[in-house]
Amino acid sequence: MESRNLLLENPVLKTMDAPRLLHIENLVLHFRTQTGAVQAVDGVNFDLDYNRAVVILGESGCGKTSLSKALLRLLPRNVDKYTGKVFLQGVDVMTLNNDEYRKNVRWVGMSLVPQAAMNALNPVLKVGDQVAEPALLHLGLSKTDSLKLVYKMFQHVGVPLDFVDRYPFELSGGMRQRVALAMALITSPSLIVLDEPTSALDLLTQANIMNVLKRIKHELGTSFILITHDIATSSELADEVAIMYAGQIVETGNARDFFPAPLHPYSQMLMASVPRLRSESDPMFITGQPPSLANPPKGCRFAARCPFRFEKCVEEPPVFQKGNRKVKCWLHE
Amino acid sequence: MNADTITELRKVNKMTATIEEPHETLLSIRDLHVWYELRRFGFGHAGYVKAVDGVSFDLAEGETVAVVGESGCGKSSLMKTILALHLPTSGELIFEGKNLSTLKGNALRDYRFDIGYVQQDPYGALPPFMNVQQILEEPLLISGVKDKQERLDRIRKVMSEVKLHPADDYLTKFPHMLSGGQQQRIVIARAMILHPKLIVADEPFSMLDASVRVEILKILSALQEKYQLSVIYITHDLSTVKYFSARIFVMYAGNLIEKAETRSLLENPLHPYTMALLAATSDPDARNADTFKEVPPGEPPSLVNPPKGCRFHPRCARIIAGLCDEKEPLEFEPAPEHFVACWLYQPQ
Repeated sequence: MESRNLLLENPVLKTMDAPRLLHIENLVLHFRTQTGAVQAVDGVNFDLDYNRAVVILGESGCGKTSLSKALLRLLPRNVDKYTGKVFLQGVDVMTLNNDEYRKNVRWVGMSLVPQAAMNALNPVLKVGDQVAEPALLHLGLSKTDSLKLVYKMFQHVGVPLDFVDRYPFELSGGMRQRVALAMALITSPSLIVLDEPTSALDLLTQANIMNVLKRIKHELGTSFILITHDIATSSELADEVAIMYAGQIVETGNARDFFPAPLHPYSQMLMASVPRLRSESDPMFITGQPPSLANPPKGCRFAARCPFRFEKCVEEPPVFQKGNRKVKCWLHE
Repeated sequence: MNADTITELRKVNKMTATIEEPHETLLSIRDLHVWYELRRFGFGHAGYVKAVDGVSFDLAEGETVAVVGESGCGKSSLMKTILALHLPTSGELIFEGKNLSTLKGNALRDYRFDIGYVQQDPYGALPPFMNVQQILEEPLLISGVKDKQERLDRIRKVMSEVKLHPADDYLTKFPHMLSGGQQQRIVIARAMILHPKLIVADEPFSMLDASVRVEILKILSALQEKYQLSVIYITHDLSTVKYFSARIFVMYAGNLIEKAETRSLLENPLHPYTMALLAATSDPDARNADTFKEVPPGEPPSLVNPPKGCRFHPRCARIIAGLCDEKEPLEFEPAPEHFVACWLYQPQ
């Protein structure tokens, strides 16, 4: 089965060459609530190349999951503002209407493994049929062909082939997570968004899933956006790191540069808070709490918790370029 | 006699005790089995789930141990038996010289006052319809603290110990108004308010964010040191145990397969399963992305029909054919105070 790219095959959408897999410009997603507009995603910019993995790290409530929903356009009803530009392979998918988006982008262009996907499988359908469904609907394959594709995907993610006839309750957590991954892979998207793929799993199962993701990246050339708060596990897959705080990306950079020496004070403190098995360092914690996204502070959003705060921090810092890294902090002006 | 004097007395007792005997045993578990019967259609015997199958250890006063294992290895059953929520199928639990299975009525209640329980999911552990004051007052009411002012004083004291100050700001709040870290502190305060001797903490940090996790860890270890508490810390996260525990027990399929001092176990793991767990634990490092992790094949066995011999043998790379798959390994002590249930360490 040849890998097809429906996005680029579509004559209407094939507008320009695709220098980058993903280019996000000023993506905004605000929710309407009783306490006012919650600025869950507030001006996010980043780029991702082909066959790369970016991890988005941040505390809970910083807008990580909302970012994945904004990318996949899986929006709740109370959306207040949803703007920005998302170029996937050179096509601004934000300009598509919902029907075009569903047909050409979701699943075929990029797919999502949502949080707790392993518990989201339909309990009364065989897992093989569930995995085949996107192939039936989006690739227009026949039942036999899509089942063949299911076998191929199961091989990639390491699920025994006879599991196609099993029901989700007959599978362990790790196997269900692999099935969810096979489902996201079956339409051969060039980008997969993974929201906390390992957080509910055991240690050895986590290591297994990370191995599977690495192998898929090598074998199929897929790119990943990995959204997680587990910094140690995320380093297993990361080519690039983006740190998210209070709805904004405060630092991006290559994983090799980032892990030894983060630039933003928040990234530094976040890294210092990770308990490490192989070093004697005493972990630190960050005092205070992240600001409310309904009413974020003016200026730098981390200023209230930042030990390096100075006069300039009352103004919102722009993004400064440091080599090939970017950091949103006045200290690096 | 109010509770603070009791704590003082306990401290004094402890001091005298340390002169006579440095490590007085608080809890002693001997060959504990916790089996759950399986029934077919509600009747008719269909075997047992052998959740805990022959566990023995001693816990000294003021000692902290970590029980490390994957889900389904029986660590929750072990914990619930220690909390006297399950009855042991066989074997003994002896707490301060009293056999737990003989305790009934008030004696059992008093035993539970001596044990604090810190749950994994703070939001699920706190009743949503009670405010912080009601939550913390309830154990005091049940243990018979009649004076209202004393109850309030003790609530304020325990809240300042978990660093929730000013306490009065929190007293009228309901759990949903608190952040995850604050909820977990209330859970710890509730466990501490009756001045227990033993705290059982079931993955107390796993639901928390990285930045908060360390704060809660420090609060809990400060309390442990201040009151010389014994702590049983149940977890699957090996990277936090060294900050919190003097000894580590590794549990697999209902058995404790390796018991050692923390440093000894982390630096020199002996059981192949412990080695696999340590190898699978990552530290944040970009070089991790270049290599694949070595993970033993397969999954933990069913506890209804555990494999014959060593329970890890179907997944073990260093299996000795004819021995590991036939005979259950005995506990060997290849290094002082480092016990391992594995045939590889059989003395020649």
